[in-house]
Amino acid sequence: MVSKSANDIKNLEEISRQIRIAIIKMLAEAKSGHPGGSLSVTDLLVGLYFSRLKHRPDEPQWPDRDRVVLSKGHVCPALYACLSYSGYFPQEELMTLRKPGTRLQGHPSKTSGLPGIEVSTGSLGHGLSIGVGMALGLRKDRRPSRVYVVMGDGECDEGSIWEAAMSAGHYKLDNLCGVVDYNKLQIDGSIEEVMDLSDLSEKWRAFKWEVIEIDGNNMKNILSAYDRAAKIKGRPTVIIAHTIKGKGVSFMEGVVGWHGKAPNKEQAEAALKELGERKC
Amino acid sequence: MLERKATRYGYGEGLVILGEKNPRVVTIGLDTTSSIAMNMFQEKFPDRYFQLGVAEQNGMGVAAGLSLVGFIPYVCTYGVFASGRAWEQIRTTICYSDCNVKIGGGHGGITVGPDGATHQALEEIAIMRVIPNIKVLVPCDAIETRKATVAIADIPGPVYTRFGRTPVPVITDESTPFEVGHAHIWRKGKDVTLIGCGIMVYECLLGAEELDKEGISAAVLNVHTIKPIDDETIVHLARQTGAVVTAEEHQLFGGLGSAVCEVLGKNYPVAVEMVGVNDKFGESGEPDELLTSFGLTHKEIIEAARKVLKRK
Repeated sequence: MVSKSANDIKNLEEISRQIRIAIIKMLAEAKSGHPGGSLSVTDLLVGLYFSRLKHRPDEPQWPDRDRVVLSKGHVCPALYACLSYSGYFPQEELMTLRKPGTRLQGHPSKTSGLPGIEVSTGSLGHGLSIGVGMALGLRKDRRPSRVYVVMGDGECDEGSIWEAAMSAGHYKLDNLCGVVDYNKLQIDGSIEEVMDLSDLSEKWRAFKWEVIEIDGNNMKNILSAYDRAAKIKGRPTVIIAHTIKGKGVSFMEGVVGWHGKAPNKEQAEAALKELGERKC
Repeated sequence: MLERKATRYGYGEGLVILGEKNPRVVTIGLDTTSSIAMNMFQEKFPDRYFQLGVAEQNGMGVAAGLSLVGFIPYVCTYGVFASGRAWEQIRTTICYSDCNVKIGGGHGGITVGPDGATHQALEEIAIMRVIPNIKVLVPCDAIETRKATVAIADIPGPVYTRFGRTPVPVITDESTPFEVGHAHIWRKGKDVTLIGCGIMVYECLLGAEELDKEGISAAVLNVHTIKPIDDETIVHLARQTGAVVTAEEHQLFGGLGSAVCEVLGKNYPVAVEMVGVNDKFGESGEPDELLTSFGLTHKEIIEAARKVLKRK
């Protein structure tokens, strides 16, 4: 068990900073991709991959590993950076994002062979169903593994999310943890304008889920939410993580235009400077 | 008189055989469990059956998840919804990740009968076979459906199997050859090749007998595997006979006939006539009445054979 010491939090925050730097570099190199959501989800993934997730980067198929399904697959730069920094594959490979022949496809691809990718994702609304199937199967095999499904808020517009939510509640899947990266923005505008999700917590509760609402860019909150979720018995848990889209880069924060646009060289340099990195 | 049995019971029996033989086989029901004869499995192996309600998209995703942790899920419901409602889950989650999921599409074809067009699946072959990685099977009777259901458990990756609701003649027996991907030459012929799938194989056989009386020698080929299609055997028979008729209980666009034409066009072009549903929706009626009114009997196959012979 990893301690919750201030020192530990500091280490994880430092890892988050490095992951954000990697994201900016990858996207600048790729010249396309999704910085806003990658930066908002970073801390949630770092809290998993570098602390709470049971996994073995040198043995990606370890049967008792926890599973991560990145349902909002467009934020895969954050996932790829976490996988690489955890030791799944060399960091140099990160710069092949979105290039011909790469294992780092524009959305996660299982068949690309990248270690650590459990399933291809990115078509919104699919991931929670996959997680339900994994959780049912792992429970049936009496494995201790937990399943984490990371979703977007805009993704919650998809009806299939609620089909999956209903089935997870019905089957009382307490080995399943949903995470909603609630950054309040989707491609066409604010969540409120495009499709009002409120009250999001009440919706999940109505589907028989335990709900934990946190500041999803606060590492201490993130770790305690994962710990609390692991203790809930008899129902699945969703962490509604209030985040800031573009977190860590001032000119991207809360700006919907950065959903799916890569920074150019100058913008990347400015972003890296803010993140404490000197060169692009 | 041939025994009549719905192919759905072949599927159900196949699942029970698998249940006994392979502990990793599980099934997913979508509130149609008994009407597609999956209750046979559910009753014997209740702890390996998951009910997921009327939610096809979730059903496909859950099946993918189960396969990713080592199970072999058979997820089944009416073909319209199995293939259509959840098409993109099948494409992007199941097939792109090459998940070991077996999709069962019941209530295939016009022979669903009185329920009418909403529940008569006539497009699944087209919309399934276009997806990479998937295999598409349309067995011809209950016994062949049972054999197919059992066989695909040992073939990694996604498979779509079509079966039907209405009793249809049982034309194969235990000794009839069945191998996924290998079309079965039922009868040899010199003048024309009749290629069928599903219940139209029987109509092809009836047609071939009638044609015999007219002095026309017709080969009959059972293409139970639409994908991967057995191009070698199709080309072989096209070479021998020089003319082809296809017959399917499916839309003419994109189905068996199209698949056969893709093979012949590339390898050995010959005249082809197609029997199938001509770009329209089904309607309510008794299965036999509908087969007649939609032109899905040996009569249309015979006419098509006469026509194609004139084009040779």
